[in-house]
Amino acid sequence: MSALLARATNIRCVYGGGEEDFTAVDGVSLELGEGEILGLAGESGCGKTTLGNALAMIATPPLYVLSGLLEIDGESIDLSTLSVADLKRHRPYRGRTVSMLPQGAMNSISPTIRVRSLVHDVMRAHDPRVTKAEALDLARDRLKMLDMPVRVLDSYAHQLSGGMKQRLITVISTLQNPRLLIADEPTSALDVSSQRMLVEMLLAMVEQRIMSGVVFVTHDLPVLSQVSDKLAIMNAGRIVETGPTRRLVEEPQHDYTRTLLSSVLDPSHETRERGRLRSSGHAGPQAPTSEKEVGAR
Amino acid sequence: MSETPEMITRSRSDGEVLLSCQNVTKEFSVAGSTVVAVDDVSLEFPEASVLAVVGESGSGKSTLARMLLRLMPVTSGTITFRGEDVTSLSGKGLRQYWSEVQAVFQDPFASFNQFFTVGSLLRRSLALAEVTGDEAEALIEECLGYVDMAPAKTLGKFPHQLSGGQRQRVMVARALMMRPKVLLADEATSMLDATLRVNVLNVLHDLRSELGLTVLFITHDIGQACYLADRVAVMERGRVVERGSTEEVIFSPQGEYTRRLLADVPDLRGSLRT
Repeated sequence: MSALLARATNIRCVYGGGEEDFTAVDGVSLELGEGEILGLAGESGCGKTTLGNALAMIATPPLYVLSGLLEIDGESIDLSTLSVADLKRHRPYRGRTVSMLPQGAMNSISPTIRVRSLVHDVMRAHDPRVTKAEALDLARDRLKMLDMPVRVLDSYAHQLSGGMKQRLITVISTLQNPRLLIADEPTSALDVSSQRMLVEMLLAMVEQRIMSGVVFVTHDLPVLSQVSDKLAIMNAGRIVETGPTRRLVEEPQHDYTRTLLSSVLDPSHETRERGRLRSSGHAGPQAPTSEKEVGAR
Repeated sequence: MSETPEMITRSRSDGEVLLSCQNVTKEFSVAGSTVVAVDDVSLEFPEASVLAVVGESGSGKSTLARMLLRLMPVTSGTITFRGEDVTSLSGKGLRQYWSEVQAVFQDPFASFNQFFTVGSLLRRSLALAEVTGDEAEALIEECLGYVDMAPAKTLGKFPHQLSGGQRQRVMVARALMMRPKVLLADEATSMLDATLRVNVLNVLHDLRSELGLTVLFITHDIGQACYLADRVAVMERGRVVERGSTEEVIFSPQGEYTRRLLADVPDLRGSLRT
């Protein structure tokens, strides 16, 4: 067991402002060891993105973090965001202690500037003293470290493939060596071959301690089986089961974990057999028939 | 490749060929140069079978679907339905074709008019086919039944009040109301959560065995093809590079591209790191 990197305790998030508050994350606690990748898995609406936003300290109204404590690097950060003062208080931690790679980040590269200008913009947002040359040197080193072509810095977004854009934005969001990276569905819009390249790059980044840990948020369990050391399965705002990836995949304890695992369709003989049973009119796999049963809200 | 469609897509247990395309090609002019999106593709769809077309983004599978649906003209080649050439049908003939060949697309949200309830949406579709009144209500009820949805709980709702899985099942019901012979599903389950995806695939399984529906299932996800299809065709850069029974293509792939595609698919139990 590696040394503890981060511990989050009792995170509660609500979406307010409407007629009634909606509790999206309901008392979640997580632990992450140094050098570990934690897979946070669950289906649409279970609260995994909201939890990621709370951990990355980027929650803004109508999302309110009611409570939550993040212990990292010997510091205890109160995650709650009840006022504008809280948002300001979190500022020094954003991008440095915890960095966020939001969903669909590859689509956020400005189409009108070259990647190298973006690199400088991002660095300068965190430290106004950084010069363009310094930012570019750092980016070049990083790309070389990760076996990526340095020439992408001279490209515009439309000249790059989706997979390349996603890897590039991952590199840019970790230029400041955050202790923890929250990656929200980083592989979901990619082809399987681009997915594999991104997964391998993330593993290399943790290996080289560009960041010390990753919370990998996704609905895709097969991808997590490639990348994560530990899994946390989320359903209706709570973590229903957590443990080493192999243990959860091979001996799931919670019914929801079993449901989620049984709906994975990988190209295997087992999947084929299940399909054949179904088409010949047998019961086939157990699949929930309504959204209620899977805990989407 | 010199193989004929017959030798690769037929087997003895198959029904009659319902829909087929022969040497279909689509070229687009982009900034002065020509891009061949679909390159000399021939496929056959025997009645009551499920054929999956798999490939990565940009391989031409959606363009092929659009041509088969007659939503896009072919550059060259022929599309045949029930033995008749439908490549350049128009007017009434084309409308008749569309009532027999229905489609469900990837994004269930984009296919709905947000201002209509599910009920008025389905009734409007039927009115186009001149089915109204009690007959329409009965048909709507029957088709929602196929996709396991209760009319009382569904018809009064607006699209945004349904989940993605429910919306997609309504789209399947809408397609079924036309009593099609062929259902073309273009990444129809790609945006759904895993558990709901299995649910919609099971609906397709059942429709094939109960109604004898012919399904063309277009996907980038080999796992879904493995679960649903009788046959698989693999597309790369506009060409069909491998085809055969699902077992042959997935468990003993011959082509380099298919092997690479399969190698990149994470296998839940096989890829565990620790």
